[in-house]
Amino acid sequence: MWGYYFNELIHSLPFFLKGLWMTAAVSGLSLIAGTVIGFVLGILRSGGNKWLKTVIGAWVDLVRGTPFLVQVFIVFFILPEAGIQLEAFPAAALALTNMGACFICEIVAGGLSAVPNGQREAACASGLSRIQQLRYIVLPQAMRTILPPLVGQYVLIIKDSSVVSAIGVVDVTRVGWLTVQRIPEGIMVFGLVGILYFTICYPLIQLSIRLEKRMTIVTTRL
Amino acid sequence: MLESFNFRVILAYMPLYLKCFWATVWLSGLSLIGALLIGTLACMMRISRRSLLSRLAGIYIESIRSTPLLAQLYFFYFGLPTLGIRLPEEVTGIVALTLNSGAYMAEIIRAGIQSIHYGQIEAGIAAGLSYLQRLRCIILPQAMGVTIPPLLGQAIVLVKDSALLSLISIMELTRAGQMLTSERFMPAEGFLTTAAFYLLIYYLLKSLSSWSQNRLIYRKSA
Repeated sequence: MWGYYFNELIHSLPFFLKGLWMTAAVSGLSLIAGTVIGFVLGILRSGGNKWLKTVIGAWVDLVRGTPFLVQVFIVFFILPEAGIQLEAFPAAALALTNMGACFICEIVAGGLSAVPNGQREAACASGLSRIQQLRYIVLPQAMRTILPPLVGQYVLIIKDSSVVSAIGVVDVTRVGWLTVQRIPEGIMVFGLVGILYFTICYPLIQLSIRLEKRMTIVTTRL
Repeated sequence: MLESFNFRVILAYMPLYLKCFWATVWLSGLSLIGALLIGTLACMMRISRRSLLSRLAGIYIESIRSTPLLAQLYFFYFGLPTLGIRLPEEVTGIVALTLNSGAYMAEIIRAGIQSIHYGQIEAGIAAGLSYLQRLRCIILPQAMGVTIPPLLGQAIVLVKDSALLSLISIMELTRAGQMLTSERFMPAEGFLTTAAFYLLIYYLLKSLSSWSQNRLIYRKSA
């Protein structure tokens, strides 16, 4: 019986790969959009405008304080009441982007505040504009603190993308859920799902660890 | 959307919400205790000099960290019955949450232990303390200070992750929101109330975390 189910599972492998593609699409889209928005929010948050800071801080806190599943449900079920009807895929991408952007905002703001103030003053003294200061002086140095946790955050986004299967996006987890109804070998089916996630996330985690090591070596040498 | 917000329904469902709030608290509380135990054990194995133990713990930690919790949850939910193990959903959920969080806790505790200068341990060896004595009297008291803030952060993540238990039909906060959605078709009332309860836990744990951080800084300067 086990061999039969194994055969069946091999035959439904294309289905899993399709799910993997969906996972890659949702998380890839949110990853890119989240990074862009997160950087903008992070820079604004570490900037001078007090009012803007409070609003962004409150929003980040709200997003960090609630489970991602609840956020997905809010986007998928409540936005239609406000007249914004979204299909499952855009709703998932929107929720994931929002969450990613908030966490990346924290990472960026933390990295920017780690740059000593003297650097900024020196840049100001040599007549660089605010944007030039950011572009040539502050960001390049902050990147050293930002990059390792940023890659770690990408892993979290990919893993959290499994949650959007709850609103019917057919990603790897959803494919596993559908398959297990047909092939009642949970360990085998979700073992495969786990392996698929592992092949994406494990190299990224290793990359994050390597980046962290490299960046700290640079710091101690300075 | 907001002009039709119905507080009366929320009031009518309040007993359910409180029950579910309590369920979330005890489910994540039990998982937290379990995760601390598993995490300490896995960490001890990881840093032990026996390469087999260390390898085993490494496989456990890496495989948990590289796969999403939802896939792990389904793995146990669908996988255990095929092994002939039938557990109530709550137990399955706690097992999955415990094993998931345990891996992260192990890494946090390891970082805390490795933050201690090796000279301290050498001094312990020179003073003739056994391994367990060194652990209890030298390493742990110091490592505690470094690990408690990130452990509380992990506790926040654990509470948020417990929302996924609603997907294997355990009655907890997110499930209450789903019930309001399906019974009364009021997703806004349902999920926003759910989010408010999570935010309550989040702010409690967060203030506990910053309080403990202040205490630690105080201890350092004293």
